[in-house]
Amino acid sequence: MGSRRRDRRELLKSGAAMVGGLTFGAVMPAMGQTPSPTFIRGNKDQIAYGDRSHFVTSVRIPHGGRPSPDPFGLVFHVATPLQDSVGVITPSSLHYVATTRGSFIPDIDPREHRLMIHGMVDRPLTFTIEDLKRLPSVTRLHFIECAGNRSTPRAKTIQESHGMTSCAEWTGVLLSTLLKECGVKGGPSWFVAEGAEEVKGASSMPFAKAMDDVIVAYGMNGEAVRPQQGFPLRLMVPGFEGIFSTKYLRRVKLVDRYYMNYNDYGHLQDDAKNAALGYQVGPKSVITFPSAGQQLPGKGFYEISGLAWSGGGAIRRVEVSTDDGKHWMDAEFKGTPQRKAHTRFGCPWNWDGKETVLLSRCTDELGQVQPTRAQVAKFFNVPLGEVPGLDNTIQPWRIASDGSVQNGHA
Amino acid sequence: MGTHRFVSCLLLYGGLLLGASVLAQSPPRYGVGRTPTAEELRALDISIGPDGAELPPGRGTAKEGAQLFTSKGCAACHGANGTGGRAPELKSKDGPGVDTWERGRILPVRAPFATTVWDYINRAMPLGREGTLTPNEVYSLTAFLLSINEVIPEDQVLDDQSLPKVKMPIGNNYASLPDWKPNTRRLRGYPY
Repeated sequence: MGSRRRDRRELLKSGAAMVGGLTFGAVMPAMGQTPSPTFIRGNKDQIAYGDRSHFVTSVRIPHGGRPSPDPFGLVFHVATPLQDSVGVITPSSLHYVATTRGSFIPDIDPREHRLMIHGMVDRPLTFTIEDLKRLPSVTRLHFIECAGNRSTPRAKTIQESHGMTSCAEWTGVLLSTLLKECGVKGGPSWFVAEGAEEVKGASSMPFAKAMDDVIVAYGMNGEAVRPQQGFPLRLMVPGFEGIFSTKYLRRVKLVDRYYMNYNDYGHLQDDAKNAALGYQVGPKSVITFPSAGQQLPGKGFYEISGLAWSGGGAIRRVEVSTDDGKHWMDAEFKGTPQRKAHTRFGCPWNWDGKETVLLSRCTDELGQVQPTRAQVAKFFNVPLGEVPGLDNTIQPWRIASDGSVQNGHA
Repeated sequence: MGTHRFVSCLLLYGGLLLGASVLAQSPPRYGVGRTPTAEELRALDISIGPDGAELPPGRGTAKEGAQLFTSKGCAACHGANGTGGRAPELKSKDGPGVDTWERGRILPVRAPFATTVWDYINRAMPLGREGTLTPNEVYSLTAFLLSINEVIPEDQVLDDQSLPKVKMPIGNNYASLPDWKPNTRRLRGYPY
């Protein structure tokens, strides 16, 4: 019934458009038959802080098979619905969440929160959020990606295979600004960042990174950082595996050695090549439309759309193949690629209705190229499907002749 | 005139010297932020490095740790003897003869320093009552976990001097850490 009415309405509209140029009066009866939409009654909450349309139902899902929240209200990993994404900014409400272990989200009063910087400095200093907001700020687009964002044959959708990455606009003070204010002393080689949550998550990171582009962020997507993302302060560590972007940041200590705290010990590897992949996320791209779980209504034109990102800097090139890698064509960037940020690409495609496989691969500003799983297996001499470090391999999406889209790894 | 120039030269030179020595100390540029008190520094600095410099005074043994393992509720999640619970395994099924990398990711076995074990218990345990253990209790629980994995003898006393000296099974048998530099590929020779 509903679809029949829509068909009729579209017919009337297109008829109106055709006739519109000729006689204005002839349009009127058709317009008069168009039912007006129902209204959303204004209420105070909606005026104060707006909601999306109730017709839009895209949501995050628990990731990795653990319930979130669990019966006690603990939060575990939660994945972003990339299949519905447009543009490059992940709405804060849909940003992926990961915790160092299942945890309650701390409810921190920003007036009570302090950031202390100490260790190998001339002057240890403690900052309030108000202090930080007085200092010169930066606003930058950056992705975060969890080291566990790995595509498996079991993944039924892109949300399951790639949903542990998101991109937001982060605002705050460069960590280097704060370190210069304290005065760096004696040549530190590492720093330890620590959160204020119950587990006091802490990681060692290279001092060179602290002086490069790390942000002590109080803002995210035009408002305060959300509690699930580290309110009131998150250390935004661009291009590094997500665990380094320390939430609820309360302390930074400059030190002269790797501190081997719990998170650090968890990163140890027995192989130097694997260890070298441990910090910086490699070049990675994925087609978000069409992607597994989606359904193409029939042959014809589609704009293939996807995201590309790299911890090595800006994306320089994205190529798309619509015939399982036999031919590649350059995709178009939607907007200017930002360093260490999701970059939206698009590519025109006329589907002939036959079964095929869609692929995308990207190249970053360092010349690093996104690999296939076969290339990774050959380089590391490991079984096909095993990927050392964060999985940045090319994701194949299989288009069946009925228009259904499936995971090409399955 | 000549004297004036000489004096101003002296002033300039002196000023430069002063400037240089101040630069070595790099003055604060914005004057924002407050100096924490020694007490605040001590209370907040819970990162225990491999040399144990931040360890508080205290002592403990495996025997005391065994009692605490039950009384503090550790056993309820980790199993009676650190094995078979819902929470991560704390006792290796394999003896010290087996390669550490084959023994699974068990904190008191794979951690390269005993300070890592002390640090984690102190900051993150017990679940839901984090930060409530006294230094003596943390030394005791660390001794217990190291003892049941045959890393230290059952009667060894752990304190701020002996803990950093414990030889862990992994030794330095782990890959060196990434030598990260800005604008550099992850792994030399790796095109991806």
